[in-house]
Amino acid sequence: MKLVIAIIKPFKLDEVREALSGVGVAGMTVTEVKGFGRQKGQTEIYRGAEYSTNMVPKIKIEVACASDMAGAVVEAIQASANTGAIGDGKIFVLDVGQAVRIRTGETDDSAL
Amino acid sequence: MMKQSTKILAVGLASAALVAALPAWAQGAAAASPIPAPTVDKGDTAWMLVSSLLVLMMSVPGLALFYGGLVRTKNMLSVLTQVLMITCMVAVIWVTYGYSIAFTGGNQFFGGFSKALLMGVDANSQAATFSNGVYIPEYVYICFQMTFACITPALFVGSVAERVKFSPLMLFVALWVTFVYFPIAHMVWYWEGPDSMAKAAIAGGAALDAATNDGGYLFVKGALDFAGGTVVHINAGITGLVMCLLLGKRIGFPKEPMPPHSLTMTMIGASLLWVGWFGFNAGSNLESNGVTAVAFINTFVATAAAGLSWLLTEQIVRGKPSLLGAASGVVAGLVAVTPASGFAGPMGSVVLGLIVSPICFFFVSVVKSKFKYDDSLDVFGVHCIGGITGALATGILDAPFLGGQGIADYTTKPGTLSAGTYDMAHQLWVQLQGVVITLLWSGIGCLILYFIIDKLWGFRVSEEVEHEGLDIAEHGERAYHY
Repeated sequence: MKLVIAIIKPFKLDEVREALSGVGVAGMTVTEVKGFGRQKGQTEIYRGAEYSTNMVPKIKIEVACASDMAGAVVEAIQASANTGAIGDGKIFVLDVGQAVRIRTGETDDSAL
Repeated sequence: MMKQSTKILAVGLASAALVAALPAWAQGAAAASPIPAPTVDKGDTAWMLVSSLLVLMMSVPGLALFYGGLVRTKNMLSVLTQVLMITCMVAVIWVTYGYSIAFTGGNQFFGGFSKALLMGVDANSQAATFSNGVYIPEYVYICFQMTFACITPALFVGSVAERVKFSPLMLFVALWVTFVYFPIAHMVWYWEGPDSMAKAAIAGGAALDAATNDGGYLFVKGALDFAGGTVVHINAGITGLVMCLLLGKRIGFPKEPMPPHSLTMTMIGASLLWVGWFGFNAGSNLESNGVTAVAFINTFVATAAAGLSWLLTEQIVRGKPSLLGAASGVVAGLVAVTPASGFAGPMGSVVLGLIVSPICFFFVSVVKSKFKYDDSLDVFGVHCIGGITGALATGILDAPFLGGQGIADYTTKPGTLSAGTYDMAHQLWVQLQGVVITLLWSGIGCLILYFIIDKLWGFRVSEEVEHEGLDIAEHGERAYHY
């Protein structure tokens, strides 16, 4: 099993969700996050006070899937979240040791 | 107006002829006073009641939301509570003894206690306006002036926001209105009214001297302040500066970002202030007539011009026009036109509005960051500086050749209001004295009161409370539950 974590631009969420449904992903977790990479923040000015905000708002998606599906999931995200500009985000793939469905107690692949 | 003066002239001629013909009747003719009989007009009364409500709306919710939007989420309720409770507390103090100190005779600095607990005032009591023979019910005048006393101390909480302790602040406000606001209101606004002046002018000699000296210190000097440039704005503004210097900066200022938590609220507050300010300025004429309309149009256009010029300044200096800038410009324009509202002409007011914003902008951005004082919501930069600009400009813009209304003269032709001779240099000098005396009285008064309360109770919350936010620590509640 794999856990795919993707940091994407907020307005790309719907496209990514559709693309993932297209490759058979049945569930995901979405979180609003902030961070920075190559894309720098903006400057805000309130009367005399000037603040540069380094953190840019992003969306974090987490998808757990069977190991043989991970490649398709990564491709779907990469294709749908891409705008070609800096700040498009990153994808990380992690190994998952165990998965349990809380309602039934099913484990691993059948729990996904 | 024309018709009336012709009539008076005719009556005058007739009585003069009568006097010449029958010297024995001379005394009887003199008793037919040219001063119109005191009358209370329903239109004036209705307008002044509405004006009082408009000024109340400036405090709550106008100023409360304007300031509330500018602080961080964790301190929103503390600012709202401060403004609301100051309004409540000062209203009670006002009827208890405040009105009496401000608006009864005494000396030129303090009134007396003859109307403490509103003694002797009832539904039939009348208060003078600026026209001979025109009165409003005294209760209306008390309410209208009460709203001014309520909003003034609420203005300076902006300078100490996000770090001041609630109870010592309330105690400070109670003492501050007593020793700073009421005396300054008395100095600037107290007089016996146009009819007393006319009666004294007819009697002449010592009576006239006594009447012209029976008023507040700055009123007698001839300082012009139509709706409270000195009494309200310079007064609150300098107190704000002194308090933020004594209280110290917020933890993290100016390094840590402290962005306004809701400029939407600030926009709503600024808009309510503008609407309410028509009661403040046009209501300050105490009647509903042509001069009321002068104050009304001036309040409209000076504010619009100041909003424009703040945005233009930002566009040029920063490259981006901001909402907070526009709202600040609007408030700066309102502050500046306050003392001038019933004296300047509309075009003079436009010029005043255009000038005041760049001055205030310079203070809130350049001066504040150079001297690094934490006047959190720019009470000094907008109210004190805008107030000084307006108070001095009043001395210029009141000139009839600049479209102004000139100086009221109640004594040359008793019973009628005429324009006196206008001496701009002298007027500017008097205006400057008004500004300096207000700065000193308020600044020193605030300093003394601050030290007393700080020694006894401490003015500032602990570091822990400041980090946590005043809403939870001081009031036990949160503004928002997401």
